[in-house]
Amino acid sequence: MMVFLAAHKQTIGILLGVLAGVTARLYMLHTDYRQYPTYPHGRIIHISLGVIAAALGAIAVPALFNKDYTAITFLALAAQQFRDVRKMERETLTVIDRLELVPRGATYIEGIAMVFEGRNYLVILTAFLTSLAAIVWEWYAGAAAALLMLLAVRKLRSGKSISHIAAAEAVQVRQDGPDLFVDDIYMMNVGLTANQAIIKERGIGIVLTPFNPNGKATIANLGQRQAILYDLSTLLGVFRDEGEPALVPLAKLDMKDGRLAIFMLPQEKDVNKAREIVERVPILESAVRMPTEAGVNHKEGRASG
Amino acid sequence: MAKVAAIVTLDREAVGGGAPIFVEQSREQQEKTAFLLEKILDASVHDLKNGILVLVKHGDK
Repeated sequence: MMVFLAAHKQTIGILLGVLAGVTARLYMLHTDYRQYPTYPHGRIIHISLGVIAAALGAIAVPALFNKDYTAITFLALAAQQFRDVRKMERETLTVIDRLELVPRGATYIEGIAMVFEGRNYLVILTAFLTSLAAIVWEWYAGAAAALLMLLAVRKLRSGKSISHIAAAEAVQVRQDGPDLFVDDIYMMNVGLTANQAIIKERGIGIVLTPFNPNGKATIANLGQRQAILYDLSTLLGVFRDEGEPALVPLAKLDMKDGRLAIFMLPQEKDVNKAREIVERVPILESAVRMPTEAGVNHKEGRASG
Repeated sequence: MAKVAAIVTLDREAVGGGAPIFVEQSREQQEKTAFLLEKILDASVHDLKNGILVLVKHGDK
């Protein structure tokens, strides 16, 4: 056995690298309430791409050991390949989004597409380091590297959520004639008494109060707001159909203090659940702003968060 | 961009301009017409609080 391991060091390294890479991809591939990637074919696509990414990363090491330096160009090929994955995801989601009652919005889509590309690079890195450790030292060093990378992947997998930047509170939906307010924030003008009655019966309101200027800038982002509305509609169902523009969920800002009012008509009227959902909405990478990090704001001392 | 799709009014003299105008005799009839037009035009009804209901087609919805 030991003789075999010593004789086939590179093969073992590659195998371990591929295995670690695929494990990392499977670990990162979660089909949750959003049902994306779709099951089963969407998953098959991404698992296959994960296998390719893992193989590329694992094979790079022995190629370099054999002084086959041009092999590194394959990694450039891989990068191109995974940029295409991102493009493919973006295009698919954008097309599908037009047929959603409550769309995800471009920022959410870009976030998802970015995650797909980024995770493939993580797979390459995992496979590369695993196979490197296995070939330079021993197979158990490779296994240790794989474990370390899986821990790193786990840390990178989870992003932050709204509850990190703002406090959500369930509030009253108030109607003053045709004017609709959530708490004291003006939402829209509803002309028909039929719609006013539906809103009175089913409407829920939530107000987000940001903790600091960073949070204020982030929840003001239209893409982030759309993501909140999309998650709410997916989880609670939305009381709406095509041709009912008055019943669309809305998120409006109180421009004076940066609070965000959210109004929607859920199928399942449960305000507390809605509040919890809003708190768990992921913060979209492209929506994050950090005004407190700017030089002009440092004189006043740094705000936390 | 938002576009005025139609106007439902109680007073013919109060409105004019490029959008189709529907004149109704009672508030009740005005509501009914506006309701139908909302479904037909896929535009939301807004109350201008002066006896005029205006149907607006909002751009991104």
